Amino acid sequence: MSVQPDPHAAMQARFHDALWVQATPDGLGPQEALDRRFLVYRNNVQHGLSSALSQRFPVIERLVGTEFFKAMARVFAASHPPQSPVMIDWGGDFPAFLAAFEPVAKLPYLPDVARLELARGHAYHAADASVADPSALAAGDPSDLCLILAPSVRAYRSDWPAVSIWALNQPGAQQTPLPQGPQFALIARTRGYDVPVLALDAAQHAVLCRLIAGEPLGRAAAGTDPTAILTLLLQHGLISSIEGDTP
Amino acid sequence: MTLPSTPGLGFKPEHFPKIRDRRGAVGFYEVHAENYMGAGGAPHAMLEDLHQDHAISIHGVGLSIGGAGPLDTDHLNRLRQVLERHQPESFSEHLAWSSHGAAWLNDLLPLPYTDQTLATICAHIDQTQSVLGRRMLLENPATYVTFDDSTWAETDFLTEIARRTGCGLLLDVNNVFVSATNHRTDPRAYLAAFPLKHVGEIHLAGHEAEDLPDGPLLIDSHSRPVADPVWTLYAEVIARTGPLPSLVEWDNDVPDFETLIAEAARAGTILKGALRGARDVRAA
Repeated sequence: MSVQPDPHAAMQARFHDALWVQATPDGLGPQEALDRRFLVYRNNVQHGLSSALSQRFPVIERLVGTEFFKAMARVFAASHPPQSPVMIDWGGDFPAFLAAFEPVAKLPYLPDVARLELARGHAYHAADASVADPSALAAGDPSDLCLILAPSVRAYRSDWPAVSIWALNQPGAQQTPLPQGPQFALIARTRGYDVPVLALDAAQHAVLCRLIAGEPLGRAAAGTDPTAILTLLLQHGLISSIEGDTP
Repeated sequence: MTLPSTPGLGFKPEHFPKIRDRRGAVGFYEVHAENYMGAGGAPHAMLEDLHQDHAISIHGVGLSIGGAGPLDTDHLNRLRQVLERHQPESFSEHLAWSSHGAAWLNDLLPLPYTDQTLATICAHIDQTQSVLGRRMLLENPATYVTFDDSTWAETDFLTEIARRTGCGLLLDVNNVFVSATNHRTDPRAYLAAFPLKHVGEIHLAGHEAEDLPDGPLLIDSHSRPVADPVWTLYAEVIARTGPLPSLVEWDNDVPDFETLIAEAARAGTILKGALRGARDVRAA
């Protein structure tokens, strides 16, 4: 028994393949200026995906320039197309793509800047959470307490000065000399739905990583003073609950 | 739970503060479903706030109802969650396909109108309405090409889809004008054949134009004011149907909120004229 031909699937496959090459598929009309007509779809797909990528990675676009970014986005979109219509889930592979993309090999910090922009996107869309009453921290010895952080909280680290590069490329940023890397940051969504990039030092970053991993405050601090990181977390409402041995 | 027969606007988050200052400036706002599929944060909070004073239309751009393959059940479940969370007054999608295999193409692509594609689309709409537990509206596309394989006129195709599945239709008047101009056909003949009794919402938008050797090529860009011929066609439709929920879409080169309100007000004037016309008929 022969397999039934599926003309709809076959047409769609031809149409899809032609979106990425300079040839109009068979079976279309009207013949008048058909290549120009089909080009509308090719442009829409390529421009649409390129625009979506530039919305997720505006600082990468600024660093490489709009024209270069568009060309690079076409290469990325053809090789790593979105796997669902939820565009906020697209681009997770972009840092690795940048690390391997020969034309930007002279900008080795780009993957880290892209990771920072991804982290901000994830924080912007992360689940909502309650804000804990901080009084538990003031009562007695807090070292056994576990802090449940808001789902938007990310600990960020770069071997490059990626935090400064990102900040210098924000609208209205003052141009200041670039420090040497590595750099560390707390990225999270605040009560007003902003997603600031809050610089940390290496020790604070280590405390934050241990808190995210669920270690109690005493072990997370590991002999350092956790006041600075706790102040940031409290100030921005990023502790959603405080759990521990209640006496 | 239906949209009001008033003007509505596509929601632009950058206009949120202005919208809050002018609550009720239009009767409803429309959002793209796929922008509300994150877990939380500002998008959901803004939509909940908007919904307190306005009806909400959730308009999907990613289900690929016109795709040859099966629907993406993960995406259908995401849609169900968004609709359960926000309880919109309307849900609509497109007569188009937008994904191929696992890849999503971020555009509304055209399809041939055949017995085979009709059966596939009706099965997809049955599945969608069943999973979502509600009637959906299906929007007519703006197209730039036609298919040699097509054996159905688009209006007959949509009529038959509505008859078989019970879905409603979203009539995009700009899409009608764009497609008819591009294919050198008559938009009034299209609208005369369109099953207006199934229309639950109207879309209006601006288009770009360029010249081909034998006439214009119009591109459905949502980047400009609604064109005068589209306003005329819209007024003719409303004169036949009476007032319908009427959305102005402007998604690229978005102007300030006052400009959008002025476009919506133009639709409002036509809707009020239709009401007056209906009263005059009753009074006569």
